[in-house]
Amino acid sequence: MTSIETHLPTDVSASTPAIPTWLTTADHKKVGRLFIGTSFVALLAGLVLAILVTFERINADSYQILSDNSVPQVLAAVRLLLTFGTVVPLLLGLSIAIVPLQLGARSNAFPRLAAAGFWTWLTGLGLALASIIGNGGPSGGNSDLVDLYLAGSIVLGLGVLMTATSIAVSVLTTRAPGMGILRAPLFTWSSLVGSLALILTMPVLIGTTVYVYIDHRYARAGFGGNTGVNQWIGWALSQPFSYLLAIPALGIVLDVVPTIGRTRLAQRSAAFGAVGVVAVAALATVTQTSITLPWDGAKFLDNAGTKIADLLPFLLLNVVPVLGLLGVLGLSLLTLKSTKPVISAPLTFVLIGLLGILLGAAAHIVGLVQDAGLSGSIYEAGVYVPITFGAITIAFGGICYWGPKLWGRSISDKAAIPLALLALLAIGLDSIPYYIAGFADQPTGLVNGFSYSGPQDLWNALTCAGFVVMLLASIAFVGLALKSFTSGAVAGNDPWDGTSLEWATSSPPPAENFAGVIVVNSATPLADIKSGSSNGKVA
Amino acid sequence: MLALPPASQPAPRRQLFVGTAVAGAAGLMLIGGMMATWLKFRADAPVRESMKRGFIKDWMPAKIVVPEVAANVMLLGLLVVCVMAQWAVYSAKRNDRTHTGLALGVTALMTLAIVNAQIFIWTQMGVGAKDGAFHSMFYAATGTMTVLLLSGLVYTAVAAFRYLGGRTKEVELVSAHALYWYFLTAAFCAVWFVIYVQK
Repeated sequence: MTSIETHLPTDVSASTPAIPTWLTTADHKKVGRLFIGTSFVALLAGLVLAILVTFERINADSYQILSDNSVPQVLAAVRLLLTFGTVVPLLLGLSIAIVPLQLGARSNAFPRLAAAGFWTWLTGLGLALASIIGNGGPSGGNSDLVDLYLAGSIVLGLGVLMTATSIAVSVLTTRAPGMGILRAPLFTWSSLVGSLALILTMPVLIGTTVYVYIDHRYARAGFGGNTGVNQWIGWALSQPFSYLLAIPALGIVLDVVPTIGRTRLAQRSAAFGAVGVVAVAALATVTQTSITLPWDGAKFLDNAGTKIADLLPFLLLNVVPVLGLLGVLGLSLLTLKSTKPVISAPLTFVLIGLLGILLGAAAHIVGLVQDAGLSGSIYEAGVYVPITFGAITIAFGGICYWGPKLWGRSISDKAAIPLALLALLAIGLDSIPYYIAGFADQPTGLVNGFSYSGPQDLWNALTCAGFVVMLLASIAFVGLALKSFTSGAVAGNDPWDGTSLEWATSSPPPAENFAGVIVVNSATPLADIKSGSSNGKVA
Repeated sequence: MLALPPASQPAPRRQLFVGTAVAGAAGLMLIGGMMATWLKFRADAPVRESMKRGFIKDWMPAKIVVPEVAANVMLLGLLVVCVMAQWAVYSAKRNDRTHTGLALGVTALMTLAIVNAQIFIWTQMGVGAKDGAFHSMFYAATGTMTVLLLSGLVYTAVAAFRYLGGRTKEVELVSAHALYWYFLTAAFCAVWFVIYVQK
C-alpha cells in the first residue's frame, strides 16, 4: 500500500495569518476559489478590451482609439483573457473545488500539484499579458516581448496541464467505495472528460509554442516571425478547442437540472455518452485540422463520391461534437418535462448558457461550408463569443448552485435571475449581428476600407452593446457574489435537497471534507442515506 | 447535518501510478505533436537532387552530418534503462533493498550517459539554432526530449531517495517510475525515427 502524503494537517490555517495561508494553501476548496476569483478579474478586463475594439469598429475612422498596429494584439488579449483567463480557470476552479466533495474524498489527488498549477497558470497569464501591454504578443513590434508572450503561453499551458492532471487523477483514484465511474455525478464525469481532453491537447499546444519560440528567438526562418504567432498557436483561442473547454460546463447543466427539478436525470447513461461525444472535438484540435465542406452549390450530385469522402471527416470532426451538445440539451429538457421545476438562478443560468453554446456550435458548422464564403470574416467572432459566454454563464450558474457549499452562504435568486437574462441578451447581441456582418464580408480586424451598403454601423454598435451588457452583468454578478458570500443568508448543508455526496457534509466543509468514508450503493448516494436504504457505512 | 460515522483508512488506489500514466500520455502527446509538425515541414520542403540518393526533400542542409551512432546509442541506452527500471520493480517487490538501489543507481547513470550522448550530438553537428528552420526545430525537438529525460532522472532520484531512505513498502513508486521510463522510451523511439533516421 502506498503511503504518499496527500493531506495537510487540519490545523494549518488556524495558526497561520490569512494571506500566507492563501498563498501556500493546497486545500482544494481554497485553490478552487483562487481560480474562480482570479478568473473574475480576467473576465472584467477582457470585456473592457472587447468593448474598446467593438466600439472602434462602429466607425473606425471617427472613433480612433487603437492604432492599426495594436488591433491584432488587443484582439489576442481579449481572446487570451476570455479563454485562458476566464473560461479555463472558472471551470477548472469549480472542478478542483467541487469534484473531491462529489467523490466523497478527503482531498484531491496531488493537492500540491493543483496549487502549483494555479500559480504557474497565473504567472504564465501575467507574463503573456505583460508582453502584450509592452507591444509584444501576436504581431507585436518588440521582439523580446513577443518571445516573452510565447514563453508565458508555455508556462500558462503547463499550469493548466498540472491542474487538469490533478482533477483527472482525483476522479480516477479517489472515488468513495462503491462509486463506479457510472455512479459518479455528471459534473465529475464531465470534469474527467474535460481534463483528459486538456491533457491530450495542451501538450500539442505547448510543443508547437516551443517550436515557434525557438524559431522566433533565434532563426525566424520557418514560423512567420511576429505575424506567424497566431497562425501557429491561435487555434487554442478558437473552435473546436473552445468545445473542449466547455465540457465541464455540460456537467454543471446535467447536475443542476435534475437537482433543481427534484427528479432523477432522464437516461443517465446516455448523458455520460453525450458528454463523451463532445470530446471528439479533441481529434480536430490535436490534428489542428479544420475540415470544411466544399458544397459547390446545386451540383452536389456531380462527383458525389468525392463529396461524400469530404463529408465523412466533416461530420466526424465538426458535427459529432454538436450532437453531444444536442444530447445534453435533449436530456435536460426530457428531465424537466417530468417535473415542475422551481425557477431558480442556477437553472436559469445553465439553460441560457447551454443555448449560447449550441448557438455558437451550430453557427460553427455553417461557417465551415466553403460556399458560404465566411472564412476570414467577422462571422468567426460570432461563433467564438456565444460559446465562450455560454460557458461563462453556465459557470455562473454553477457558482450559484455550489456557492453555498464553498462559502456557506447563498446567492439570492431574485437578484441573480435578472443577470442571467442579461447574459442571454448579451449572447444574442454578440452573435446575431456578427453573423449578419459576416455574411456581408466584414473582415475580422477593424473596418477601414470595408465596403458594404447595409447598416454596418448598426451591427457593430449592437455587438458593442452586447459586450457592455455582458460587462454590466458580470460586474453585477461579481458584486452580488461578494455580497452574498460575505453577508448573505446562511445556507444549510443541503439547500437544494441534493442527491450527491457534496451535500452530505457541512457548508462550508471542514478541512478534510467528510467525517467518514461513505459506501456508495447507487448514483444518488445521499438520497439513499436520506431514505434509509443506505446508512453511509464506513468502508 | 447528517451524522456520518468516523473515518477509516481510504483504500489504496494506485494514485501515483495513475498520475504517472496521465503524465506519460501528456508527454507522448507533446513529442507526438512536435514530430507531426516536423514531418509537416519536411513534407512541405522543396525537392533537390542528392549525389547519393537521387531526388530528396531539401529539408536538412546537405552540409550537416548527424552523428547517427550516438543517436543509436541513446536508443539502446533507453532500452537498457527500461530493463533497469523493471529490475528495480522486481527487486522492490521481493523487498530486496540492495538490488533495488543498484537498479535505480544504474538507471540514473544510464540517463546521464544518454544526456551526454545528446550533448555530444549537438556539439558534433556544429550548427546553431539561428542557422535555419531545420536547425531551430532540431534544437527545439531534441531539447524538449532532453528536458523530459532530465525529468526522468529527477523521478529516479526521488524514487531512490525515498526507497533507500526507508520507505521500502513503496513498491508503487518504483512501479510508477518504471512506467515513466517506458513512456520516455516510446517518445524517444519517435524522435529517433523521425529526426535521426528519416531526418
